[in-house]
Amino acid sequence: MKILVCISHVPDTTSKINFTNDNTAFDTSGVQFVINPNDEFGLTRAMWFKEKQNASVDVINVGGPETESTLRKALAIGADAAFRVNTPATDGYAVAKELSKVAKEGHYDLIIAGRESIDYNGGMVPGMMAAELGASFVNNCISLEIENNTATAVREIDGGKETLTSSLPLVIGGQKGLVEESDLKIPNMRGIMMARKKPLTVLEPSSQQTTSTTLKYEKPAPKGAIKMVEAENIDELIDLLHNEAKVI
Amino acid sequence: MSVLVYIESENGAFKKAALEVASYGRAVANALNTNLNAVVFNTKDCTPLGTFGVDKVLSVNHSEQFNAKIYADILVQAAQKEQANVVVLSSSADSRYLAPMLSVGLDAGYVPNVVEIPKSTQPFVVKRSVFSNKAFCETEITTEVKVIGLSNNAFGLVEQSVSLEVESFSPSITSSEISVENVDKAANKVSIADAETVVSAGRGLKGPENWGMIEELADVLGAATACSKPVSDLGWRPHSEHVGQTGKPVASNLYIAIGISGAIQHLAGINSSKVKVVINTDPEAPFFKAADYGIVGDAFEVVPKLIEKLKTFKAQNS
Ligand SMILES: Cc1cc2nc3c(=O)[nH]c(=O)nc-3n(C[C@H](O)[C@H](O)[C@H](O)COP(=O)(O)OP(=O)(O)OC[C@H]3O[C@@H](n4cnc5c(N)ncnc54)[C@H](O)[C@@H]3O)c2cc1C
Ligand SMILES: Nc1ncnc2c1ncn2[C@@H]1O[C@H](COP(=O)(O)O)[C@@H](O)[C@H]1O
Repeated sequence: MKILVCISHVPDTTSKINFTNDNTAFDTSGVQFVINPNDEFGLTRAMWFKEKQNASVDVINVGGPETESTLRKALAIGADAAFRVNTPATDGYAVAKELSKVAKEGHYDLIIAGRESIDYNGGMVPGMMAAELGASFVNNCISLEIENNTATAVREIDGGKETLTSSLPLVIGGQKGLVEESDLKIPNMRGIMMARKKPLTVLEPSSQQTTSTTLKYEKPAPKGAIKMVEAENIDELIDLLHNEAKVI
Repeated sequence: MSVLVYIESENGAFKKAALEVASYGRAVANALNTNLNAVVFNTKDCTPLGTFGVDKVLSVNHSEQFNAKIYADILVQAAQKEQANVVVLSSSADSRYLAPMLSVGLDAGYVPNVVEIPKSTQPFVVKRSVFSNKAFCETEITTEVKVIGLSNNAFGLVEQSVSLEVESFSPSITSSEISVENVDKAANKVSIADAETVVSAGRGLKGPENWGMIEELADVLGAATACSKPVSDLGWRPHSEHVGQTGKPVASNLYIAIGISGAIQHLAGINSSKVKVVINTDPEAPFFKAADYGIVGDAFEVVPKLIEKLKTFKAQNS
């Protein structure tokens, strides 16, 4: 089985979000970039398939040279080879097209992406890839088993879950649950050393066609002051929620 | 030219998020001076849609389980038939599942998490939240057809009565390699996505055995229950309840946080909730900076009192 894991390179969850150039660009100064958390779950699940079912695992990112440290981290965790499509990831649709092209040419059986990137929260790339490839797609995937070319996946739905079966090729939008938090793989020294010798191939983009453009950013309006209520005075809280906030 | 909305229902009744999508679609149709059409699955009574501005319903009878690929395909056919140039969906799990496939089918740019009506329609510019609600951005969609994912609870319900026409629509049904084996959904329980109120608790509750009062409080308020990440990592509560930047987003009217410190990753997921109440023993807990109402106090004393008082309040106000 050939697996491709899509890795998006995102600001660490503790990052302060600021903008530069008259609010037209994300300010990366002082920001640490990491493997998108949803992709970390997917990558760890892919390692399980590698260890238990002898799968090969490649990782890919669409982005500039600055994302290579993130790809090297994925190699250190255990991926066999990495690809970087050399173009800034500004439009989800365009990213999906680039990823699909590589996926098609590499004849991957399983493509693991994340439910969403925590920067733009698009939740669009995996579904678009599936549509581009004519492959099956399971979003919000919280469990995945593969036996004889048949995948059994569990998808989180609003208020519950759904079990699905599908033939391969399959694209998933994965998240926590694919593996437990405590089972997430982190690179060790040996992995880091080995990663240096693994191939990281840079590919040129096939087209530059985009469907959207970001014009400018804005921060949320500052929050008004909090109203404190004494613990002995629950009636006052109920009154505020009913008459002032009008939410009960 | 027209605007098309995908209307979701559950047990034959329209979801609130779907009526919100209709309200939003009406506003976009007004801005473009065109009609609003809706695709509805397996629903007999469509009258409420006329109240929210839908001119015409394309009513589809498809008795099988929700299948994102098939539904996306049906919506593509409906959009083409009505020459829709804007398609609007909600942020439900199902809508977010099918929207990317729909947008490829229509060769349309797709923007999710949209929070307002378009800033302008020529060029077509929408405002959306990014960085897990830590910021917004204005995005221009440059394709001829546009797909918009509306954030839950961002636009609200806006009535505009029009005369409603219902047309039965029989699209060609494509095949799908995916089959649904089993759906496991708790009956009578409000989901976080659909809830008007969410009652959420954190590590301050000490252990899973103490969630009885959280569930009771949620029950009194008709709310969904949620939790912080460590609580689900520790196995005190199911993963599906984990809210935050790496969990579920919450966009409810009221969010009550009990024994949750208010870490940046937690706040990112609940920032778009309208009114936030915090109950925490530590007056220095960061959550107090992000909330509207706060009580410094012990959850084990405050929550039972709150339940009791709310019961009295409900009895008097219903
Ligand atoms: C990559 C990454 C992603 C993350 N994503 C998320 C996410 O999506 N969601 C999330 O929630 N967290 C997330 N976290 C974790 C986050 O940083 C915090 O650790 C977590 O939110 C803390 O949970 P808590 O508030 O329940 O626990 P604690 O921080 O332990 O806080 C417990 C609170 O309870 C109060 N308390 C104690 N006893 C009582 C009592 N008797 N009555 C009332 N209050 C009491 C304490 O004063 C304290 O404020 C993430 C972390 C990382 C590194
Ligand atoms: N630039 C990118 N390079 C590689 N994979 C990506 C990229 N952007 C998004 N993805 C994948 O698609 C998932 C969802 O991303 P998004 O649609 O941007 O929310 C991510 O978790 C990644 O797995």
